Amino acid sequence: MVEAARPEGADGRERQIWRVLESVADPEIPVVNIVELGIVRQVRAGADGRLRVRITPTYSGCPATEVIARSIRETLDQSGCADVMLETVLWPPWSSQWLSDSGRRKLEAFGIAVERGEPGQVACPRCASHQVECISEFGSTPCKAHYRCRECFEPFDTFKCL
Amino acid sequence: MSTAAEAGSAEVSRAERIEYLLRLADTSLVAGQRLGELLGHGPTLEEDLALGNISLDLIGQARLLLALAGRIEDKGRDEDALAFRRDAPQFRNMSLAEQPNEDFAATIVRQCLLDAWQLETYESLTGSREEALADIAHKAVKECRYHWRFSAGWLVRLGDGTEESHARVSAALGALWRFTDELLTPDALDAHMAVCGIGPAPGLIRERWDARVSAVLAEAKLQKPPHQHYPWHGKRGVHSEHLGHLLTEMQFLPRTYPGVTW
Repeated sequence: MVEAARPEGADGRERQIWRVLESVADPEIPVVNIVELGIVRQVRAGADGRLRVRITPTYSGCPATEVIARSIRETLDQSGCADVMLETVLWPPWSSQWLSDSGRRKLEAFGIAVERGEPGQVACPRCASHQVECISEFGSTPCKAHYRCRECFEPFDTFKCL
Repeated sequence: MSTAAEAGSAEVSRAERIEYLLRLADTSLVAGQRLGELLGHGPTLEEDLALGNISLDLIGQARLLLALAGRIEDKGRDEDALAFRRDAPQFRNMSLAEQPNEDFAATIVRQCLLDAWQLETYESLTGSREEALADIAHKAVKECRYHWRFSAGWLVRLGDGTEESHARVSAALGALWRFTDELLTPDALDAHMAVCGIGPAPGLIRERWDARVSAVLAEAKLQKPPHQHYPWHGKRGVHSEHLGHLLTEMQFLPRTYPGVTW
């Protein structure tokens, strides 16, 4: 499992920024924050010494991307980090593998299943049965598909494997 | 793209790089706008959501590509300026992308033929020497795989479905097949991009597209139409009448209220 890109040996300022970023919730799935979603890729000083936060969009067309960038900017500004620059990078492309373990647990507790490894490897978030079927490859947001449990008949969203 | 690493010594102009990016960007944009027309009109709620989500991905890809073209051009045009303030002859999309939705069968056939092309093209562009384009391609190819799963899945269900669904999807395939030659036949610019290590090697996309599409047609119990050399030149700015109508709707707001924001 690839954890979020947060390095172990981050210094005080970088740690502070990671904590600030952890307070920014995803606008469409507010139970998880943007660090848990794997949207924040890096906090690092550039050649000029200024700290840079690098983020990456989940899907090219995800309408939440701009809202997320705006709320990161506002949160940084309000936390005394107005000097920190925000950059959007496309490489490497976002992967559902970057979802942290805590992010997965929160999504599942919220009723959103998470595909494990391969598309279709899904457990019902209500009864944990693997007897599930895909109703639609596309759900309420670009990152989700729609499933139904054949055991308890619960309809549920699934975070897609991308 | 094995040729990309070896190639790359040939000269490429800024205008050629922009022209090539517009072909990719406009194809995504126009296809995305077409699918967007179906919002609220899908045959079922699930299909409505699916088509809307695919539309969003395509428009997202178009934004990234248009923004890149604007940066290379360096004349202050951003993705909005390029999307909303060019007329039909300046659009470089493949003619297939602008064909109308007609019925669900025609929408699925168009999307399926286009998805296969985008999937193979972006796959190959992940090795492009145009680094920013390779970055976009890495992202787009993952999304296109999902689009293909959806459209190919529906093609099989319709083709191998009822008498009526088979008849409709066969008719749509017959009507749209003539636009595929443009996707697969490299012109001088495509060939030059390949030599420069930016675009796919000539013939590569045709070979891979043909294998992919032939397999799904067989599974869908659909007859592959005979090859039709039809001189469509959407990628050079010569379009069918449909593009003008599409742009009229897409560009209405920013044209009527220039500079308007949310």
